[in-house]
Amino acid sequence: MTALVAQSAGELTGLLEAGDVSAEEVVRAHLDRIDATDGTVRAYLRRLDDAALAHARDIDRRRRAGERVGALAGVPVALKDNLATKGVETTCASKILEHYRPPYDATVVARLRAGDAVVVGKTNMDEFAMGASTENSAFARTTNPWDTGRVPGGSSGGSAATVAACQVPVALGSDTGGSVRQPGSFCGVVGVKPTYGLVSRYGLLAFASSLDQIGPLARTVTDAARVLQAIAGPDPYDATALPEPPPDLLARLEDGVEGLRVGVVKEYQSEGKDDTVRARVREAIQRLEKLGAQTREISVPHATYGVAAYYLIAPSEASSNLSRYDGVRYGLRVPGATTERMMAATREAGFGPEVKRRIMIGTYALSAGYYDAYYAQAQRVRTLIIRDFEAAYEHCDVLVGPTSPSTAFAFGENLADPLSMYLQDIYTNTANLAGIPALSLPVGLDDAGLPVGLQIMAPMRGEATMLRAARALEADLALDPVPRGPHAVEAP
Amino acid sequence: MSAPTQATRYEAVIGLEVHVELATRTKMFCGCAIDFGGEPNTRTCPVCLGQPGSLPVANRAAVESAIRLGLALGCDIAPWSEFHRKNYFYPDMPKNYQISQYDVPICAHGFLDVTVDGDTRRIGITRVHMEEDTGKSTHVGTSGRIHGADHSLIDYNRAGIPLLEVVSEPDVRSAEQARAYLAELRAIVRTLGISDARLEEGSMRCDANVSLRPAGRGVYGTRVEVKNMNSLRSLAHAIDYEIARQTDLLTAGEEVAQETRHWDEAAGATSTLRAKEEVFDYRYFPEPDLVPIEPDAAWIGQLRADLPELPATTRQRLAEQHGLAPDTVATLVEADLVPLLEAAVRAGAGAGEAANWLTNEVTGWALGHGVAPADAPLDGHQLAELVALVRGGTLSNKLARQVLEDVLAGGGSPADVVRERGLEQISDTDELAAVVDLAIAENAEAAEQVRAGNDKAIGALVGAVMRATKGKANPRLVNGLLRQRLG
Repeated sequence: MTALVAQSAGELTGLLEAGDVSAEEVVRAHLDRIDATDGTVRAYLRRLDDAALAHARDIDRRRRAGERVGALAGVPVALKDNLATKGVETTCASKILEHYRPPYDATVVARLRAGDAVVVGKTNMDEFAMGASTENSAFARTTNPWDTGRVPGGSSGGSAATVAACQVPVALGSDTGGSVRQPGSFCGVVGVKPTYGLVSRYGLLAFASSLDQIGPLARTVTDAARVLQAIAGPDPYDATALPEPPPDLLARLEDGVEGLRVGVVKEYQSEGKDDTVRARVREAIQRLEKLGAQTREISVPHATYGVAAYYLIAPSEASSNLSRYDGVRYGLRVPGATTERMMAATREAGFGPEVKRRIMIGTYALSAGYYDAYYAQAQRVRTLIIRDFEAAYEHCDVLVGPTSPSTAFAFGENLADPLSMYLQDIYTNTANLAGIPALSLPVGLDDAGLPVGLQIMAPMRGEATMLRAARALEADLALDPVPRGPHAVEAP
Repeated sequence: MSAPTQATRYEAVIGLEVHVELATRTKMFCGCAIDFGGEPNTRTCPVCLGQPGSLPVANRAAVESAIRLGLALGCDIAPWSEFHRKNYFYPDMPKNYQISQYDVPICAHGFLDVTVDGDTRRIGITRVHMEEDTGKSTHVGTSGRIHGADHSLIDYNRAGIPLLEVVSEPDVRSAEQARAYLAELRAIVRTLGISDARLEEGSMRCDANVSLRPAGRGVYGTRVEVKNMNSLRSLAHAIDYEIARQTDLLTAGEEVAQETRHWDEAAGATSTLRAKEEVFDYRYFPEPDLVPIEPDAAWIGQLRADLPELPATTRQRLAEQHGLAPDTVATLVEADLVPLLEAAVRAGAGAGEAANWLTNEVTGWALGHGVAPADAPLDGHQLAELVALVRGGTLSNKLARQVLEDVLAGGGSPADVVRERGLEQISDTDELAAVVDLAIAENAEAAEQVRAGNDKAIGALVGAVMRATKGKANPRLVNGLLRQRLG
């Protein structure tokens, strides 16, 4: 039998329901795997072994007693450290929130717990989700399980790496400009950014409120769909959550792509991009055609302005969202002679350089006299991008292209130049600006043996179609999701 | 503009910004209860404490209050408006931004008519918008102010309580108009029942923007914002002070500095709080955590139909129906005594007599007891009964005042008090005749003078009867009996 830790969440659920294995055994196997590999991967900022085992034993007890257990009962799950967990440190990988314990659970955390998913720990990330390599964490350097000399992507690098390393079958990340999909692509796992509002943001420590969405990372499309189904839906605590009940993401998941209209985004095939990434993406598109999809090239003309608009809107919102970290109520406090000096000293010591850079950009963009030229202009571009996508979806059911312009890069490679790091988002942040759902699906390896991700985007609330297309391609590709290679983390 | 000369006469240009704390059950953006007097930081939750990851959700009841006030002020209700973030660092503001409204407020373009000394002036209402209140800081140390404090304590119970900000056009020209405007706005807010609107307790707060210009000119002078007026009286005093201060400066050829000034009630003066250089750039931008407010026409129509009678209409109706004097009506409306008056009228009292009791005795009693006149423990039936006892001759006015005192002290209905204290006026002629005869016998000298035609001497005899009856004798009957016997 395949090791427990290499099984998908769906397979684990089958074994648990059949009584072939207990939740405690499942959880213990994953904790052992974390023990064995996390010295290398460093996916976790905080492990919750005792609580996880206690939850697992309670699930086993209830199952034996014939009591109700949740839909994800006994499935180990990891949470990005920007999701509020009651009484458990939640730091956003920032010194300013070191030791901060929220007094409440995020809605997604409450929903996972209600589903009896077992939370094993909080994962590393770029500080306040700002970055594309997880190198901006104040606390740890997470490695890519496919090549531990390379970054896992970011900002949800810990969540992507822990799933890829078979430490957990599924994890939650957050995606503001590509922060679930790009690390999913780099680590060879499925990463989903849902429609804006499909998943409640209550308890997600905000980076950019109008762009942030929580989404799952998993080794299979079906697992991602199951987790997304469990966390989606209206929430009275989030005014921006969609009021309609979420679509059924599982009912037609296996229905294939016969007749599906697939648009290949013209602007996402730019020259100079990594050739093997292009080759894998082209092959995936050919497979879709073979499976019965109709493909055509389609233009999203304003997509090329996405990065510029994104890097005004996201920092503007961030500059305001992060102003609450001032040392007055919680988190770090560096003493100062006056309240103002205390606040300044706290923020100076508590925020890392990338966070400070974005606060300054955002503060500038919102300032009197600059607002119209920067923030307001970026919002106009955003409207044009939304219209572009609406026009494209009149002809297409889904759009495809590469998730990232490259595969995983080496540590330090993009650190010196913020702009090259920002360009990691070039294909992903348009979905956040438009609010549409998008995912990254592993579609093969490059010449160095590193995973390549295909991005599939759909119209608002089009997750079911998007996941169905991904599932068809996944089944046809039949890739081994376990990392292999000379520099990979040891396989289970 | 030519340099002002000593002969220049100045005209005050005043705009008022009024904050009204709404009496909704819960806060503006969370489910925390609004009730005062709780221990510090006990009416709080992750949202109003600005805990990381928490999100605001707009309170429908607060939106409804805003629309109702807008309708009462003749405003246009925006079919689409949104919240903005006003960004600045302040420790009693949990998120370091205040959720407010900016370029599209929920209500705009209204007006309020105010009358001073018989002259009515229409004051434009620029806008009414929604926002959230901040917490309260207490500075611990010898000074009691932030400078020199050892440390500060913050109570966030008030943080997130819904506020309406009502901004007037610079149409106010005097302290008295400003006072009348604020009194009228307060009366409207109370009539709507959306706030208890107490200036003294801060549930209604008023800032004044005051500038001067040469009388009759169209230009505006330099504006000074004056804060911290905690009563109608202090608003008028502060504005009068500020007008005099600016007049002196301009008359002396000096300039008025654009600044924010603090009214010190005890000193009776304003002083600089913040200079213009300290003005913040609030970096307003649309609040991405909230959705736009889009009240549909049906809802607005229903709220309009359900509006209560507003004070101006009430005043007009009282004057027309009952022939009450404008001053009396104004006093009744301002003191919120109209419901009591109308209850008394329904119970049979004459409006003039009931109004007289309310504006004099009841208001005086309330002042003496430190309560609002409308909170006096008196109902319409009791007031009508009192009026009837006076009119029927059972009580003199003097006795009736004593009875009212007892009623207000919880002594029951006026009839009960009269019975228990034996205060009925003696109107029995036979009973009085005996007392009158005794008085004549005991005051023979005075009686002789009356008989001799000295009418004034009758006072001593009346006084004797009153003393003998402990003031209960009907004075009209006593007079009649004396004249009959001495005529």
